[in-house]
Amino acid sequence: MHSFGYRANALLTFAVTILALMCAMASFSDNLNSPTPSAQVKVLNINWFQKQPNGNDEVSMTLNITADLQSLFTWNTKQVFVFVAAEYETPKNSLNQISLWDGIIPSKEHAKFWIHTSNKYRFIDQGSNLRGKEFNLTLHWHVMPKTGKMFADKIVMPGYRLPEEYR
Amino acid sequence: MGWIADTVDSVKSIQLRQALIQIVNLGLIVSSALMIWKGLMCITGSESPVVVVLSGSMEPGFKRGDILFLHMSKDPIRTGEIVVFNIDGRDIPIVHRVIKVHERQDTGEAYILTKGDNNDMDDRVLYNHGQNWLQNHHIMGRAVGFLPYVGWVTIMMTEKPVLKYILIGALGLLVITSKD
Repeated sequence: MHSFGYRANALLTFAVTILALMCAMASFSDNLNSPTPSAQVKVLNINWFQKQPNGNDEVSMTLNITADLQSLFTWNTKQVFVFVAAEYETPKNSLNQISLWDGIIPSKEHAKFWIHTSNKYRFIDQGSNLRGKEFNLTLHWHVMPKTGKMFADKIVMPGYRLPEEYR
Repeated sequence: MGWIADTVDSVKSIQLRQALIQIVNLGLIVSSALMIWKGLMCITGSESPVVVVLSGSMEPGFKRGDILFLHMSKDPIRTGEIVVFNIDGRDIPIVHRVIKVHERQDTGEAYILTKGDNNDMDDRVLYNHGQNWLQNHHIMGRAVGFLPYVGWVTIMMTEKPVLKYILIGALGLLVITSKD
């Protein structure tokens, strides 16, 4: 009953149980945090706007993104993945979501930022529906924990419009 | 001389009984492991509810050897979610983030583009030749939870199969020789 093997087994089981319990508690403690992030995105310029030879519209724009995501960070946060996506509806597609810019925030000190950038990923429509198109810009964030459940949420900013003519 | 035969018989029956108990124990362990796995499959609705990250393409979020818990729900895929997908004709599933979604008005079919956080290019270079989008049937699940380091056990066992046989042998020996 009290051999070395049994004691080692009991100790290992106990250690793993405690570790699992601590991970679960750390993950659960994220629920106690109620974040209040803020964000603002401005379209400063439409750099160019054209129809590709294959018939799809493509636009390039310059964005100014200001955000304060400091309240998302807790002791169980490894990093926050943040991105800005353009979202719009076309006759063919009920939803088009195109990521324009993304970034990884490694710590709370970097969570209040201001960036001036042209779109990192190409803004291409499936078809030719972008002239005069109204779209939303949405700031999404995905919180990656040190362990446990991942969180995600977003701020939707409506009321952007693309020009009527190619340029 | 009858008592010697009796003793031999009783010893034999004890050994037989013990052997039977060991076999039942072994069966219990195997079937309960199988039950947990199949139960997880039912709850998460995903073919493989747990995957091990094999590459560094999602660093610094997910490192090699981390474990991801998957969930396959009816909810449509959206940008930013981390999905596990399987390219037609290839065995190894890939864990990457969705960066573009086009969802059809009539069929609800989604056209999805993915990219690894640590990669410079999107995944069109990984897809089959001429394939521009992933569709719903490629997606095996989306990552909902995360546990660091635990996957190293499986990585080591697949890369050094000797370890696997040693471990299985040792466990089997332990179960068979244990007496309580």
